[in-house]
Amino acid sequence: MIDAKQVLHVARLSRLELEPGEVEQMATELSSILGHIEQISKLDLDGVEPTMHVVPIDGGLRDDEPEPSLPIEVALSQAPKANAEGFIVPSPQA
Amino acid sequence: MSAADYEVTIGLEIHVQLATRTKMFCGCETSFGDDPNTHTCPRCLGLPGSLPLPNAKAVHFGLMMGLALGSKIAPRSIFHRKNYFYPDLPKGYQISQFDEPLCDGGELGGVRLNRVHLEEDAAKLNHAGGTGRIQGSDASVVDFNRGGTPLAEIVTEPDITSAEQASEWLRLLRVTIRQLGVSDVNMEEGSLRCDANISIRPKGQAELGTKTELKNMNSFRFIERGIKAEVARQVAIVDGGGQVTGETLHFDPRTEAITSMRSKEEAHDYRYFPEPDLVPVVITPDMIEAAKAELPELPLQREDRFIALGVEPGAARTLSWRPELGDLFEAELATDGSQPKALAALITNELLKRIGDGEVTDSKAAPGSLAQLVALTAAGTVSSSGARTVLDTLFASGGDPAAIVEAEGLTAMGGGDELTPIIQAALDANPDVAEKLRTGDMKPIGVIVGFVMKETKGRADGKEVTKVTRQLLGL
Ligand SMILES: [Zn+2]
Repeated sequence: MIDAKQVLHVARLSRLELEPGEVEQMATELSSILGHIEQISKLDLDGVEPTMHVVPIDGGLRDDEPEPSLPIEVALSQAPKANAEGFIVPSPQA
Repeated sequence: MSAADYEVTIGLEIHVQLATRTKMFCGCETSFGDDPNTHTCPRCLGLPGSLPLPNAKAVHFGLMMGLALGSKIAPRSIFHRKNYFYPDLPKGYQISQFDEPLCDGGELGGVRLNRVHLEEDAAKLNHAGGTGRIQGSDASVVDFNRGGTPLAEIVTEPDITSAEQASEWLRLLRVTIRQLGVSDVNMEEGSLRCDANISIRPKGQAELGTKTELKNMNSFRFIERGIKAEVARQVAIVDGGGQVTGETLHFDPRTEAITSMRSKEEAHDYRYFPEPDLVPVVITPDMIEAAKAELPELPLQREDRFIALGVEPGAARTLSWRPELGDLFEAELATDGSQPKALAALITNELLKRIGDGEVTDSKAAPGSLAQLVALTAAGTVSSSGARTVLDTLFASGGDPAAIVEAEGLTAMGGGDELTPIIQAALDANPDVAEKLRTGDMKPIGVIVGFVMKETKGRADGKEVTKVTRQLLGL
């Protein structure tokens, strides 16, 4: 099952900051979700094609035809911080 | 031990931006050098609720590459999410391929391929620190124009054994892809990028050493120098009794320093899973036929064809790996196909020398004039040194080779009578040489040939001079 160390590892990969109490709670909740999946994986599914989608979808390719892009003001409007050039983020290396 | 006591093992991972009009999963135009963030939409900005739809042309280009490289095409391949958290990736994952890539295996120029798969490019981070390098700045500006550009990733098996072979092979891959017309393959603009996995092991040891990954070398020169520097670093570690650590490294071409990219290291836990927003890519026989129909003659095939014409292997390689030279060769050959070997030699030696670092179009030689010059040389009308003088004129200002031979007095001399007095003068002027030649030691014959060439302004034929000299000396 999932322990506190694994929770912290996944939280770090997702850049989430967890309070100590939350770590325990996450460990319990994730463990119960994985337990549920484990139950399913006990089923004998040899020879059963995995269901990728509930309805069969064909092709699913798009022609290489340009569509209009967003005006830059609209594109940048959701950014917590931006300048005329683009989205400003803390440097990932800082 | 020294560097010579180790075997080097190199595998390459190459990313190629595909020359489609639009991005991999949305209709935004692909671009280079446009104003930042002018080619974005909810899909390539990763806004919630937007759904990706693969670009049919990118799949088509991927098939062309797979077919050209001898890969097995998967009738059905799957996109996966490669999860990592980085500001160049708005969704928090890159849509890539994992265990069911579009193309499996393959081979090019003696190097086996592991796979060719499709994915989307990341956005571009401009580091406000201003040095253009990743280290040392505290804010970055994200430009999503590049984000979502279709990429083909080509992964080789670890079949490469030196830095020189790595850069030579990469040149072959680049010219092959350029010939396919599926990418600009411009390293400076980032449409061809190369990472190298490098390890060393003592000669004779079966097991491979621990490999390091050298990231993003953006020119052929850097690739060669970067790999050499990393091999030297590993040899020094192992020689000092240490162990190589498996890590991702950055090569700084200015200082030749190799530094660890530690902070990205952690992100190597990618937690791949099948992209639930996409259906499998199903490749129909029609799609394969369409890709096959567009395959051009590839550089290695062209090289073989030139060799079959009688062209020297080295010249055949130069002509086919520099397609503009190959095209010139074929155009000239179409006007006079009688001397393929000599024509190829003229282009790859003499003409290339005059082009230097420039372009084939720097040559002013009119179409057909190189083939004419080769024919004049073959007929003995002009000597090979005379032909070089004619080529100088053709290259600089064009013109008719036969007329140039005439105008510049380069008509080759016949043998015997005309040559005899000049050779006699040469022997008289160089009695020591004459003495040696008389004893059958032909080494100093060059002195005589040189004398005659100078006297005749290169119109004499070297072989003929040697023949007449022997006759004169009674050899
Ligand atoms: Zn878009």
